[in-house]
Amino acid sequence: MKTEGATHTRHEPNEGLRADRVTRTADGRLILDGVSITPAPGTTVGLLGPNGSGKSTLLRLLAGVLTPASGVVTLDGSPLAELGHRDIARRIAVVEQQADTQVELTVLDVVRLGRIPHRRAWTPASATDEEVVRGALDHTGLTDRAHQSWHTLSGGERQRVQIARALAQEPRELLLDEPTNHLDIQHQLDLLALVTSLPVTSVVALHDLNLAAMYCDRLVVLREGRVVACGSPGDILTEELIAEVYGVRASVTRNGSDDRPHVRFLGTVR
Amino acid sequence: MTRLRLSLLSAAGVALLCASVAVAITIGPADIRVGDVWSVVASHLGWGSSELTPIRDGIVWQLRLPRTLLAAVCGAGLAVCGAVMQSLLRNPLADPFVLGVSSGASTGAVAVVVLGAGGGLVSVSAGAFLGALVSFGLVLLLSHTLGGTTDRVVLSGVAAMQLFSALTSFVVMTAADAETTRGVLFWLLGSLGGVGWTDVWVCLAVLTVTLLVCLGYARTLDAFAFGQEAAATLGVSVARTRLVLLCATALLTAALVSSAGAIGFVGLVLPHAARALVGSGHARLLPVAALAGAVFLVWVDTLARTVLDPQEVPVGVVTSLIGVPVFVLVLYRTRRTR
Repeated sequence: MKTEGATHTRHEPNEGLRADRVTRTADGRLILDGVSITPAPGTTVGLLGPNGSGKSTLLRLLAGVLTPASGVVTLDGSPLAELGHRDIARRIAVVEQQADTQVELTVLDVVRLGRIPHRRAWTPASATDEEVVRGALDHTGLTDRAHQSWHTLSGGERQRVQIARALAQEPRELLLDEPTNHLDIQHQLDLLALVTSLPVTSVVALHDLNLAAMYCDRLVVLREGRVVACGSPGDILTEELIAEVYGVRASVTRNGSDDRPHVRFLGTVR
Repeated sequence: MTRLRLSLLSAAGVALLCASVAVAITIGPADIRVGDVWSVVASHLGWGSSELTPIRDGIVWQLRLPRTLLAAVCGAGLAVCGAVMQSLLRNPLADPFVLGVSSGASTGAVAVVVLGAGGGLVSVSAGAFLGALVSFGLVLLLSHTLGGTTDRVVLSGVAAMQLFSALTSFVVMTAADAETTRGVLFWLLGSLGGVGWTDVWVCLAVLTVTLLVCLGYARTLDAFAFGQEAAATLGVSVARTRLVLLCATALLTAALVSSAGAIGFVGLVLPHAARALVGSGHARLLPVAALAGAVFLVWVDTLARTVLDPQEVPVGVVTSLIGVPVFVLVLYRTRRTR
């Protein structure tokens, strides 16, 4: 795998975040098996697949929280393993499925956490830090709630705060692991509309195929740790693929000017 | 605006601490006024001469001043260690003794006092310090072997605590006579009686270093609010941070326990009180917890040595008697978030 790493160090510097044939095992079981993904800068890539297909593990490899057993994750051509934790955190922000804390924090406190990778020990927050935090609150429509306690927020508001915190990191890559779970439909749409409007490259794991079709530029479908399909929502979301990957019968229709597919489930495949 | 308020609060805290130390020294069987305290301190620093008798001078300089200062240092150190432990282990019930440091120290102390380990060459404090380090080393080794996650660290600490408590009880029950048992018990419960300037200087030095290290990690500790993995995605080296902070706080706790025994509840309750005062950002929390702990223990120790005069109550007993109701109050207030 060393040789592969070497061939990938000479790419142009703006290629962003990519995974090249990454493999990951846990307790002797193969979780990811030679997965490659190359999100184009500025696009939103949806990760689809049933539970246990490796979506979360792939996101954690992309975030540098886990290291691949083989293969390499690179950021502008440099393997993540060669970059410092802080350097990675200044480029890549992560929003978890459901973050929670016992600590008493305000919205502002949580968003300020995003400045940690930019700050040095011993020094107070700079004017830039405060400006970026204000901008992140503004961008997510949270300015009025800055002094509200985290514990009084609804699930949708909490996710919005986490996205504001991620923005405060000033990332170019944003990784989201099923961010719309536990949210009502309005908040699901709001959240994904917000994510896709951001000037970042997003990789988002999703369960809802219709949300994926509506908001993602590209889809990557995983099953048992392997990529089984990858392309635009119109090409990927077919009745055959849904039957094969999810074991579900579906009817896929295309309507609207943007040719986005719409999935209607009919039952499980026997 | 808030920075001004914080400066005012810190200044008020420092002033309160100085005043507390000065006033606490005057309280006791021998009649001493605040003015006497200043003149004794000034004369020993070479800024003039005190007109007090040598006996009264000795009471201030040899007995009450080191004792009161060590109370302040212990209170500050235990509160800081508790605050760091609670954030690092994400556990509001964590305290400085959760990693077995105090239990190890008690076994070390008992080994010296009761079994005569070291053949008279090793002091009780040195024995306690050694025991604390052995226990902490065991916890580190155990938690590393068990997988190194936060809950494994806590469980390893619980295991070590049980083991060394049992060893201490075993030694005391089988080998100690009544008089020794009483002395050991007094030490186990935490007592600031009979401390000298060496204790003050050693503990103050370790406190200063540890506090500076922890303040350097203040932002990093903030990052742990949403868990280890969230901290990692904010650029924190979780394993290194945990090792550095656990070692720093264990070293400070070991030094404090070796001088004053295991004074309970300060490290558990005062961090919560400090959070209620200035919020959970560690750059503010740690200094405020230190000041609050220092003032608290100065007064509690004054109470402990005077309330049953001439008999002395172990300060650990008084902190617990005051600490338990406060602790229940803290639990009552945090029940909403469960």
